[in-house]
Amino acid sequence: MQQVETPESPQAAVVMRHGPSAPKTLQARHVSAWYGRFQAIRNVSLDIAPGKVTALIGPSGCGKSTFLRCLNRMHEVVRGARVEGSVLLDGEDIYAPGVDVVRVRRLIGMVFQKPNPFPTLSVYDNVVVGLRLAGERRRARLDEVVERCLRRAALWDEVKDKLRSSGASLSGGQQQRLCIARALAVEPAVLLMDEPCSALDPIATYRIEELIRELARDYTIAIVTHNMQQASRVSDYTAFFLMGDDRTGELIEFGPTTELFTHPRDQRTEDYITGRFG
Amino acid sequence: MPSERRRIWISRIMLALCGLAAGLSAAILVVLLLYVLVKGIAYVNLEFLTALPRPLGEPGGGMANAFVGSAVMVGLATLWATLLAVGAGIYLAEYGGERTVAVVRLVADVLSGLPSIVIGVFAYTLLVKPLGTFSAVAGAFALGLIMLPIVARTTEESLRLVPHELREAALALGIPRWRATLSVLLPTARAGILTGVMLAVARIAGETAPLLFTALGNRFWPNGLLSPTAALTLNIYQYAISPYDQWHQQAWAAAFFLLLFVLVLNIVARLVAARAMPR
Repeated sequence: MQQVETPESPQAAVVMRHGPSAPKTLQARHVSAWYGRFQAIRNVSLDIAPGKVTALIGPSGCGKSTFLRCLNRMHEVVRGARVEGSVLLDGEDIYAPGVDVVRVRRLIGMVFQKPNPFPTLSVYDNVVVGLRLAGERRRARLDEVVERCLRRAALWDEVKDKLRSSGASLSGGQQQRLCIARALAVEPAVLLMDEPCSALDPIATYRIEELIRELARDYTIAIVTHNMQQASRVSDYTAFFLMGDDRTGELIEFGPTTELFTHPRDQRTEDYITGRFG
Repeated sequence: MPSERRRIWISRIMLALCGLAAGLSAAILVVLLLYVLVKGIAYVNLEFLTALPRPLGEPGGGMANAFVGSAVMVGLATLWATLLAVGAGIYLAEYGGERTVAVVRLVADVLSGLPSIVIGVFAYTLLVKPLGTFSAVAGAFALGLIMLPIVARTTEESLRLVPHELREAALALGIPRWRATLSVLLPTARAGILTGVMLAVARIAGETAPLLFTALGNRFWPNGLLSPTAALTLNIYQYAISPYDQWHQQAWAAAFFLLLFVLVLNIVARLVAARAMPR
């Protein structure tokens, strides 16, 4: 994999290369994040491998969601929020000055905990909203994207006859798959998922987990989950987060999933996965 | 009486009293409408809506110029005030810093509490004196000033009601912030915004004081937008304080049509809001 140096001069506008959809590596280097004065995470460095699923686990409030949101510059949307450190997408720092944050978010997509299709748009319009608002108008292309992404999200068969019905008229699991299709439509390289199944029933959860394993072949995926069994089912690598006494989250351990769950190196990891604390 | 039966009876009596209260409140509106209708029945007809006023003493005639004048001024006011107010509402809900938002909100609240006659005088100073003429434009300006804070606040509140997850979903797709606000958030909040606009229109349709020094009134068709214009509320006022029975009846008829308009607008506003509820 080609390593590109981050530009030395802060005035250099960094152009994010959007190549063919080969999955890219996402690397966090010394990432810390604050909400106003409160430091939510400290000095997290880890690699999200291409073509694999990386799970972020840890107890509630330990900063895993905050960290995830730093990976596509969504953390700074909150008023007073701040990030330090760098996040490299195939070697280029998304936090470099001059980087187009809108571009970053197209390349690094996100699916949220609570399915959030746009209620005033139909299923069809929901899928293509990202493309449409970027200027794509050709009907043929939109039709093709809708079918392709809904098939990818394992939703096509269920909704192909009701593409015009409201996005909010689907069941919870279907809505979440719609959100996944919507995220895929803008052709990201990375997919970040923040507890995507926690609002769904077990059957819907199972289907989405299957979907995630399939998508991993073509995308780089990071998933936050508070469900350890899910992490062990779905992911190739796992990162364990924990917050210290000052309530600032840190990365405790990171490694291949099977190793982390069978032979954790840190005592705290072992305590967590054996359920000694929630 | 065993306590259970007593409880049931008390419940029934209370329910009846509540029903009575609700019925009375609704009845007041119905009585008002009927009373106004009966008093002005002589003039509640098509001619009233389409003919110009006849000289005193002649039967028939109408207030066509007042209906059109009111419609034009309310329409113009809605146009300029809604554009500005929706923009202000968007700023308050999406972009403003804490302090700016607090200040703008305070200003809007003060503005909405201003006596409408003061607004009329202000519009007179700003638009009537310099232009040298009473006009529909000045009237529309005054009415718009009343609409402005109402629509701005309801727009802000409607936007704040849009769940934060929708904003985040739009941003996470790589949609620029301004585009997300215009193409995703506004449409989602449109029911609330529309309701706010309609209720504000109903409010200004019934305003008289701001028009006293701006539109002035006219017994004929206006000479374009920059001349004195008739308005429904102005006519009701002028005809009601006159000593002529015939004019009193016309005032009642005009009042009836105005009430009808406000009632219909309120019903439509409620229907729009109900339709937007998630199915």
